[in-house]
Amino acid sequence: MSLPAFAADMTLGARARRVAEVAAENADRVDREARFPQEAVDAMRAERLLGIQVPISLGGEGASTQEIAEVCSILGQACAASAMVFAMHQIKVSSLVEHGGDSEWHRDFMRELCARQLLVASATTEGGIGGNLRNSICAIEIDGNICRLTKDATVISYGVHADVIMVTSRAHADAAPGDQVMTVFRKNQYTLEKTVDWDTLGMRGTCSDGFIFKGEAPVTQIFPKPFAEIAAQSMLASSHLLWSAVWYGIAADAVLRAQAFVRAAARKANGTTPPGALRLAETSNLLQLLKSNILSGLKAYEDAKAEPDQLSSMAFSIAMNNVKLASSETILTIINQAMIICGIMGYKNGTPYSLGRHLRDAHSAQLMISNDRILGNTSTMLLVQKPDTSLLG
Amino acid sequence: MNETIRELLARVGGLPVAVTELEDAADLYAAGLSSFASVQLMLAIEEAFDIEFPDSLLNRKSFASISAIEQTVAQIVKAREAA
Repeated sequence: MSLPAFAADMTLGARARRVAEVAAENADRVDREARFPQEAVDAMRAERLLGIQVPISLGGEGASTQEIAEVCSILGQACAASAMVFAMHQIKVSSLVEHGGDSEWHRDFMRELCARQLLVASATTEGGIGGNLRNSICAIEIDGNICRLTKDATVISYGVHADVIMVTSRAHADAAPGDQVMTVFRKNQYTLEKTVDWDTLGMRGTCSDGFIFKGEAPVTQIFPKPFAEIAAQSMLASSHLLWSAVWYGIAADAVLRAQAFVRAAARKANGTTPPGALRLAETSNLLQLLKSNILSGLKAYEDAKAEPDQLSSMAFSIAMNNVKLASSETILTIINQAMIICGIMGYKNGTPYSLGRHLRDAHSAQLMISNDRILGNTSTMLLVQKPDTSLLG
Repeated sequence: MNETIRELLARVGGLPVAVTELEDAADLYAAGLSSFASVQLMLAIEEAFDIEFPDSLLNRKSFASISAIEQTVAQIVKAREAA
């Protein structure tokens, strides 16, 4: 292989597309059997995608949120569950990159994550908190140099398949529910006792079972910053943006299938426009709106990163909430339109135009942090926030 | 001003601890101030001091402690007097 050809082969996009090929091959089986997309995750490791966000100085590639979003979208077009596993992993890595740089343990861990391509899962949900990840019931217990934690984690996506789990809890036994920390636990430092099965409408391959988590680790593995800061400054934005990128991928593939269907119909129609063509034009308009929405959100995040005050401002939180609300709702309209275009061929499984999996996966979007909860938060902030009405600002 | 802020915090802050027991520099979020309550507090302060918080000051830092709120309010009042 020539050097330019090799360079083209090693771009992030080319590597992501090779993973997407593997993910696409297994997507229907992963969905049907509700099993972990092992082949796709193995391919992510082989292409060294799990550490791309880590700074170059710590063995990663220093990939930006925009670049990671593009990978999420490429994977989302092939297998939404694989793409979501990748996105959730990268959201956890963003906490390390943005908030772990001052701690020697977390820096060493980032090096190891890149070298060994470790997969990171998250345990923020807890029985009894009503879905609000900014509250914890469980508290971390500190005993000299050791910390211990037991958590009734009702959802840990790909929990048994992860190498590492980051767990939130109250900072100490007397802490208020919102006074939280996040701790990194390695696989050999915890046990998981399964309590809830993940048998769902869609996103079946994320294997988001519930567990009783019990962990014990050195105290140095607790993030040095309060979780409130981590949630506000990196998790909120990276979750909404990377999830949206996955959802865009699902919708983009649905539109691609609808377009292929209309094109095939046009060839047979001898000069008359097939009935789905107009609806396809409407759908492509919606897809473009969705794309613009996510792109402007990604730009707002990159801009805000340069100014920490901006990152914790209400205007920024509202903007990120709006990206999530709009993408999670718009994809359902888009995929539904695509299904109307493809008709029975879209409704049936196993055709080149099948859209059942897309539609089922897409229904998770409104529920991953309930849109009603997000609307509630935004409506509270709008009581005091003054909007910037300029077009470019 | 400190007294008024403390009064408002006691009224709308919904804290599990008594406001009189809080130091001026104590972290209000660690003391249990929720984001909803922090907005209620902002509204109450705007009303009490007849001011409006500009968007640039609507962040966690401005409301992190009683002394942070005092500084934020003082900054707005000073800017208004200068104008």
